[in-house]
Formats: sequence, structure tokens, C-alpha cells
Amino acid sequence: MTPLDGFLEAAVRGATPLAFAALGELVAERSGVINIGLEGAIICGALASFIAAAAFGPATGLLAGGAAGLVVGLIFAFFVLAVRAEQILVGAAVSMLGLGASATLYRLVTANGPAIAHVPTLPALRIPVLADIPVFGHALFFQPATTYLLYLLFPIASFLLYRTVGGIALRAAGESPSAVTAAGHSSLRMQFAALCVCGFLAGVGGATLVVVQAGTFSDGMSAGRGFIAIAVVALGRWKPAGVAIGALLFGAAAALQFLSQSLGWSIPYNVVLAAPYIMTLAALALFRGSHAAPAALGRSLDGSVSPIR
Amino acid sequence: MIGRRRAIRLGMPIVVVVGATALVALMITMAGYDAGAAMAAALDGAFGGSFAILSATLKRTTPLLLLGVAVAAAFRAGVLNIGAEGQFLAGAAAAVAVGLYTPVDSAAVTLLLELGAAVVAGAAWSGIAAFLKLRFGITEVVSTLLLNFVALNGVGYLVRGPLQEPTRAFPMTSELATGARLPLLMEGQRLHWGFVLALAVAVGAWWVFDHTAAGFRARIVGVGRRAAESAGLVAVNRVQMSALLASGAIAGIAGFCEVTGVTYALFEGLSPGYGYTAIGVALLGKLHPIGIIAAAVFFGALGSGADAMQRNAGIPAEFASVLAAMVVLGVLAIPAAQAASPGSLRVTDAP
Amino acid sequence: MTAHTPAVELRAISKRYGGDLALDGASLAVHPGSLHVLLGENGAGKTTLLQVAVGLRRPDSGEILVDGTPVAWASYAEASAAGLSAVQQHLSLVPSMTVAENVALAGRHLAQGFSPIEAAKRVANIAEAVGLDVNPGAVVGTLSVAAQQRAEIIKAISHDPRVLFLDEPTAALSPTGARDLFIWLRNFVSLGHAAVVITHRMREALEYGDVITVLRRGSTVLATAARDVGETALFDAVLGGFEAHATSTPPARLSLAGDAPHGIVLNNVCVDDASGVTRLRNASFTIHPGEILGVAGVDGSGQRELLRVISGRLAPTRGSVTIPDAIGFVPEDRLQDALIGELSLTENFALRGAGARRGVMHWRAVRSRTDGAMAQYDVRGRGAGTVAAALSGGNQQKFVLARELDGTTRLLVAENPARGLDVRAATAVFDRMRQARAAGSIVVVYSPDIDEILDLADRVVVCFGGSVREVPCSADVIGSALIGAA
Repeated sequence: MTPLDGFLEAAVRGATPLAFAALGELVAERSGVINIGLEGAIICGALASFIAAAAFGPATGLLAGGAAGLVVGLIFAFFVLAVRAEQILVGAAVSMLGLGASATLYRLVTANGPAIAHVPTLPALRIPVLADIPVFGHALFFQPATTYLLYLLFPIASFLLYRTVGGIALRAAGESPSAVTAAGHSSLRMQFAALCVCGFLAGVGGATLVVVQAGTFSDGMSAGRGFIAIAVVALGRWKPAGVAIGALLFGAAAALQFLSQSLGWSIPYNVVLAAPYIMTLAALALFRGSHAAPAALGRSLDGSVSPIR
Repeated sequence: MIGRRRAIRLGMPIVVVVGATALVALMITMAGYDAGAAMAAALDGAFGGSFAILSATLKRTTPLLLLGVAVAAAFRAGVLNIGAEGQFLAGAAAAVAVGLYTPVDSAAVTLLLELGAAVVAGAAWSGIAAFLKLRFGITEVVSTLLLNFVALNGVGYLVRGPLQEPTRAFPMTSELATGARLPLLMEGQRLHWGFVLALAVAVGAWWVFDHTAAGFRARIVGVGRRAAESAGLVAVNRVQMSALLASGAIAGIAGFCEVTGVTYALFEGLSPGYGYTAIGVALLGKLHPIGIIAAAVFFGALGSGADAMQRNAGIPAEFASVLAAMVVLGVLAIPAAQAASPGSLRVTDAP
Repeated sequence: MTAHTPAVELRAISKRYGGDLALDGASLAVHPGSLHVLLGENGAGKTTLLQVAVGLRRPDSGEILVDGTPVAWASYAEASAAGLSAVQQHLSLVPSMTVAENVALAGRHLAQGFSPIEAAKRVANIAEAVGLDVNPGAVVGTLSVAAQQRAEIIKAISHDPRVLFLDEPTAALSPTGARDLFIWLRNFVSLGHAAVVITHRMREALEYGDVITVLRRGSTVLATAARDVGETALFDAVLGGFEAHATSTPPARLSLAGDAPHGIVLNNVCVDDASGVTRLRNASFTIHPGEILGVAGVDGSGQRELLRVISGRLAPTRGSVTIPDAIGFVPEDRLQDALIGELSLTENFALRGAGARRGVMHWRAVRSRTDGAMAQYDVRGRGAGTVAAALSGGNQQKFVLARELDGTTRLLVAENPARGLDVRAATAVFDRMRQARAAGSIVVVYSPDIDEILDLADRVVVCFGGSVREVPCSADVIGSALIGAA
């Protein structure tokens, strides 16, 4: 396995949690809601999967992670759709809540329960023939089942968004809520469904951090992925294919660490850590396309866009 | 006398705090701890005695107050500055760098130089976001957030590299000399003059917003952008950029106060998420200076109380972060609760 | 169900918004195969009645009957399923989607698949069946207003409604376009459907309608066959005897040659929008002090840009403009562009010129000035400390005028100033403008209503497709110029 192979494989593996979260965020933003509470969903998903996987194995861990993410998504949906508070602020608060709750629960579980050091993780599965494709084969087809799940989810999302009436209605909710009402649908219901999907996917993304990558939980292990997901969605121009590529780019930036080590580059540790964030900013600057954003994104349902009342 | 409606408006945040505290107390009980002991330890740690009040609570209040003012200043102008954390670190780093490497005798001059450096660094850090928005149209929500992580790693790099203490054993800077530190307010307590500075900044910011033309422009841009542009002929972008810069500068001052008044050095983990808590401070304080001061005291007390709770009653301090988040969510729900009449909270599209 | 049962009937509908009684015992009976016109002035309650009829708003009291059976709508979806469909005043299409996608949006079942080819075929079929010309694959945002309206109609009839409601469909159309629409509507009702057209134009009602219902101040004051009523009777019903057309004699024109001190000079002014499309081209003319210039034009013809260049809100992309200092601007959307609802009236008063203020704000002085202006312009409210949103529409407009005319305003630019105002408030506004002219200021006013313009203006310019031309003050000439003929 060459350093390039290792780098690409690490890039895809590192991109996976982010890709789950970004896909969820894509659905939410397409329906008109910007969810920066994603971070809370991811970290809660990670903790839930940690606890569940310790008892029942990694597959259950994934499901538990999704469920926890869904719960966080429901809290977010309640405050944004029912209470009608400002989306950005609710998102910030929900992220705080998720981070605090997961830290608290983790402290309680490890203090009172049996010591959980590591949980079983999902192994990488090699797909014959496809994995032999030069350059990319190894990276794309020697991955855990969760990554393969992503290969299915993105096209399914694309189909649902562009080839069903429901998808049109969901996208219309993000472009022109009045058009949705005039057509006899409920933008609220669209957005609620979108936020549920978003929360669940983010939770699964958090779960993959534990049951695929680290095998354990640590405070704040989401490391801002929830926020990067938002940048990835913008980078990807709010289209599934673009978001997948954006997540991959980020995974590559994070995998630079691997590459620099194996190639013997002496880049300071912190610079490597900061690279993905700087790269995301640079990419956002270079690939400008904010007019591709859903027209009604972030607008509260009474039409106003001001952040504070 | 305060009118009845005004009293309800002022009282709602208190209701939220009490409600959230009750919920968290319930959670503590369900986790198998003694909620009563938790509250007692927390209250004692926050307000039980002059040491608690001055050296624990108000000491923590200082950065929260400044950062709350910074965040509120941006919010009022319609700028969502989520990057107070990074701007705080930038200010702190600059202050320490100046403090360690400026060979000036006079303590007053040193402090002024440190303060100046912190202001410039904080404004520069938010200025990056302002530039990115102006030139590339990147929303400040994303850019300020991402810059937080860059700043975090920036500090990590500095304290492992150029600014690391001479023995190269720990990831931190040397300690600031006595002449580079903010003097304490009184003997035996850890409260420093930064607290007074914070109060002055809060009052000054309020005065600027309510009584100057520049502040008026910022306010109208925040609540009525189109009207400001059309009726007031206000250069909206310029006003918002200025607000973002000012916000960063104030956050930088918070960093200055923390390193020259409390820690006397730079290291990773300097901020236990002050920049994010500050969003809660700004919201709980309803973007008003008196409210922000009260909210900052509340969150400061939360921090000192949580520490005491863990130390003395053995209950995890993390419960406090849950309480903080619930308070913020509760505050966000206040307008809806006020508008609600029986049966009106049915979720529907129909008007 | 007998032959005389209306397809849909509203009886004694009342609806209150906050303090306003929008509907007060209004009724409407629509029979199949008829072109029904719902007539009334701005603010009479026509749109509210439509919203009640199709389930967009719930009435406080009254009955809705479909084929004689009482119903109560929980949502537009229910009304639509029962055969009632509406084309609203503010088009409700998604600009970034194609016509076919927009029509598909009206589909009932969310799980249904969508294939662009199938959908395009379906749209083409519907269009052909009713004789409308529309391109299924076109992105709505790129279409002209008339084409968008056709798309909107296709969407509204895609489920074969029994009654089609249209709210002010001719507002954004040229006279020819309006005529074409009515011809199509006549054809549509001859197929057995019913159509209800909401309008404030009496001429349209008399010329095209089968049945006319007149709404005034929220109540039905007249319901009659169109052939049974004359223009005067209709006029009385709509206006209730108020003297709306108080004509004033034009003042003696100040004769000024060429150079115009404190006048306005436009020289080949061109304005391109953000995407580089030219919205205004080569506008050149002069306006003298003591003149009211009327600007006419169909929506999107460049008058928006013209007014903003004249008022100094928009810099021309090419060409030059000379305007006096001391300008007042009254935009069309006063709640978004002129006032900040949650701020006090004093703060709103200080809004004008906020960009140029320096130093400290002297609030007490501003407050007394606001009080004075409110008294002078008869703005009814609870003092300068109340928030702007608490004022009624008419008082808000009077307040904006008071602010913009404060001091020595040499130029007043008003964009559809009577929009949403009742006749009394509108007359007050126009009188103020005449006073400003008498004081030697220039007034530039845009109105979509030719009658309004002729009533007010000394000179008229017409915007068409971005070009600006002065025309004689005659309704026919203006009408033709609006569509680019002659």
C-alpha cells in the first residue's frame, strides 16, 4: 500500500462522518432551515453509540447514534418551528446543549458504570474487483459498511429531492414558502421532516466517529464537524453530488496529517490540525456561489430575516 | 413605577432561570445525586462569602461581561458574530506577546501597550471575517465559526513554538512579569481591575448605541436594513463591517483582561468556551447593558458554583453547561410565550 | 342541487384583524358558467373575502356553501380538493423552478414520482385544452410577468377546478394583455367553469363581467347582473358618495428657460441591474420647480429604477443626473423601505438623513420636531413614543410624508403613494403633494393608475421596456405608450 493509497483511504474514511452530517444538513437547508445545532446531534450520536456499542455491538451503536441525533433534531425543530425563534441562535444553543449533555452523561456513565475503555468497531470490507481499480479502487472499496451506505444514500437523496413531488415541495419550501402554501402543502411539515432526517443522519455520522474510527468517546470529539458541514453544503452548491465532493475534500485535508507523517514532512502539528478549517474558508472564497442558496434559507416563517428581535 | 408589561418583560428571564434550574435539579436527582446538596454547594461556591463572590464569581464575570457586550454589539447591528472565542484568543495572545517582549519599565505603559495589542488583534481577527464577507460574500456565521478553530490551533502552535516558555517542557508561555499584570482590586481577593474596565466598556457601549449617530445607524441596520438603506441612506455594509470590527476589538479586550488579570500566561484551554457562553449572556441580557451585566454575573456564578459543586459535593460540573444551554433556549422561547394565548400555540401554516 | 344553486356561496362573512374590521357581513354567490366580478376600492376587503373562500383565512362568523352544502375549510388544500382554486395577486410560483415543476408542486400526493418529460407533456396538454401559450421547461424567474401569470393559471386549473378566483389579474398587465386575459376567461367559463375576478376597475367589470358584486368597507353593497346596472350607479356603490375626484386647477406654470436652478436634469441615464441587464436606458429630460411629473408604466418597465435615480438612491450606470439637495422619498413598500415597525415614531423620524448624521443624537429635539410634524400632518397615533407598527396604513403614509417634507424639501419622489390607502387617506396624500408643488418643490410621482396620474400631474412620462418618453396628458395616448404602440 503506497502512501497515496493510505492517504486516499484515510481521506474517504475521514470524510464519512462529515458526509453523513452534511447530507442531513443539505436536506434541512434545502427545506429552508439552517441548522447549526448539528454539532450537538453529532456528539450526542457519538455518545449514544459508545454506550450502545459497548453493550450490544457496533451495528446497534449506529442505530442508537441515529436515534440520539433524531432526539436532538426534534428539540431543534421544536424551537425553530413551534416556538419560531431565530434559527442561528437556536442552533447555537442546541449545540451547547448537546455538548454539555454528552459531557455530563459521559462523566456519569464512566463514574458510575463499568469502565468502558474501548468498544468494538466495524471492520473494513473489501469489495473484490472494484477494489482493484487503480488509484481510487483501494480508497473507495476497502471501507467499512457505513461508507458503502453513503454510496447508496447520496443517489437516493438525489432521487427523492428531484424526482418526486415531495422533493419538489421540500425544495419549494426552501425557495418560496408562500408557493408551497398556495399549492396546498405545508412548509412546516416539509421542514419538520427535513429536520428529522437531518438529526438522524448527523447522529449516525457521530456514531461512525466512535464505531468506525476511534473506538472510544472523548469530550468534544465532534471537533466542529457540525459547523464544517454547513460550509461543505455551501461549497457543494446545495446539490448532493457537490456536497459529497466537498466532504471528500475536507477528509483529504484532515488526512494530510497522515500523508505528512509518512512522507516525512515536518509540518507543525497545529498547522496540520488547522489546515481543514483554513482550506474550507479558502474554498468558500474561491468557489463563490451564494446565489445558489435556497432563496428562503434562514428566513423565519413570518418572512423576516433579522437575527434578533 | 415600572409598568405591568415592562415588569413581565423583565421578569421573564428570571422565570426561565428558575425553571431551568429546577429541571437540572431534577436531572441531578435522577442521576442518583443529592440535588439539595448540589444546590447548596453551588450557591455557597458562588455567593457564600466575600471570597466566593469576588474571587470566584465576579472574576469569571469579567470575561463573560466583555464578551457578552462584544457579541451583543454585533447582534444589534444584525451581524451574527459567533467568533468571539477566536477573537478572545487573538487578543490574549497579542497581549501576552507584547507583555513578554516589550522592554518597558513603566507598568502603566506596558498595560496600555498590551491592551492596545489585544484590541488590534481582536479587531483583526474579526476583520478577517469582515473581509471575507465583503470581498467573497461568505456569511459571517460560517467564517467566524471556522476562525475559532483556526485561532484555537494558532494558540496551540504559539505555545509550542515561538512563545513557549524557555524550558520547553510545557505547552505554555512564561509568566508575565509583575509590571505586566493588571493590579488586583483589593488584598486577599483575586478580583482585578479588569472587572472595572469591563463595567466601563459595557456602559460605554450602551451609550454609543443609544446616544450617538453611529450607534443609531448600527441599530437601524440591525432591525430594518432596507429602511436604513432606502430612507436613511445608510451605507449598510460599512456599518455592519464596523460593528464586526468593534465586536472583535471588545472580545480582544476580554482576552487582555484574562491573561493580564488572571492567568498571567497563555496556554491551550485558556477559554472554557467563554465565547460561546457569551452568546447566552447576550441573549439572556436581551442585548441591554444592565441585562448583560446581570446575565454575566449569572453565568459567572454558574461557573464558580459548578466548580464548588464538583469539589465539595462530588457532582459533575458538566451539569452547569446543560443548565446554561437550557437557559439560552428558554430565553429564545420568551417572545413566543408572551404572545401565546390559550390554544394559540397550535403549530400551523394558516395565519 | 337545482340549476340556481351557486357553485360556491359566502354568506354574512365577518373577519377582524387586530383592530380593523376587514369584513363585515360580506356575501358572494357564484354560479357555474358565469364570469363574476368582485369590485371595490383598495381596502374594501376583496382579497380577504377571497382568502376566506379558499381556506387561506378562517372567518370569525358567516357561512361558506359549496353546491348548497355548508363547509368549513381547514386549509387551502381542502378547498382546492373541493374544486376551488385561486390565482393570487402576488404570484406564488417558485422562481428558480421550471413551469412544469411548479405545476407538479400542486400535486396532491407527495410520494408521486416526477419525470420532467411526463410533466412537460401534462402541462402542454392542459395549456392546449384551454388555449394558453406556455413553455413547460422555462424557468419561471426568466419569464415576463404576463407569462408567469399564464403559468400560474395553468397551475391553478391543473386539477380542473369548478371555480377559479383571480385577484387583480390585470394589475401588472398592459391594456392589450388585460383584454386578452378577459377573452380567455370568457372562453373558460363557456366550458362550464366559474371565474371570479377581483378588481378595482369599474370599466373592466362593466365590459366583461356577467355578474358584479360590489364590496365597500367590508360589506356587500350591491350584487347584480352586469347588464342591469349603469356606470353612475356602480360608481356610487363603490365609492358611497365620497367626492374622490376633486379636480384642482393647475397653477400658473412658472416659465423658466432651459437652465433649471433647483431643477432636475437627466442626461442619457442608464441603469443596469446586478446581473448586467439594462433596466433603464437613455433617459433624458428636465423637470422644473413647481411641477408635478407623473410617471406611468407597467410593472418592470424601468420606473422603479427611474424613481430611485431621481431620488438619489441609485447611481446611474451611465449618464449623469443633476438633482437638488433636500430630497424626500416615499417608496411603495413603506413597511420595508420607509419605516422600521418596531422603533418609535421619533426614531423613525430621525431615520431620514441617518446616514449623514454625526456625533451625538439630540433625542429631545428630534422628539419635539416629530410631535410638531405629526400635528401638522394630522397623523393619528398615541404620540411620538409609540412604535410605527401601531399606526394604521393611512397614518403611516401621512407620517412618512411628514418626515420627507420636513424642512425645505426641494424634491419629493413618491412611488405609488396611494397604495393600500382608502379614498380619504389617498386624497389627503395627494393634497400634500399639490401643496408641495405650490411651495415651489418638484414632485415626481409614479402610479399604476392612469386616472390618478392625470388627476395629479402637470406632465407625464411613460416608461416602456426601459425607455422613458414624455407624452401628452391624455389617457388614450398614455395607454398606448404603456404597451409601446405609437
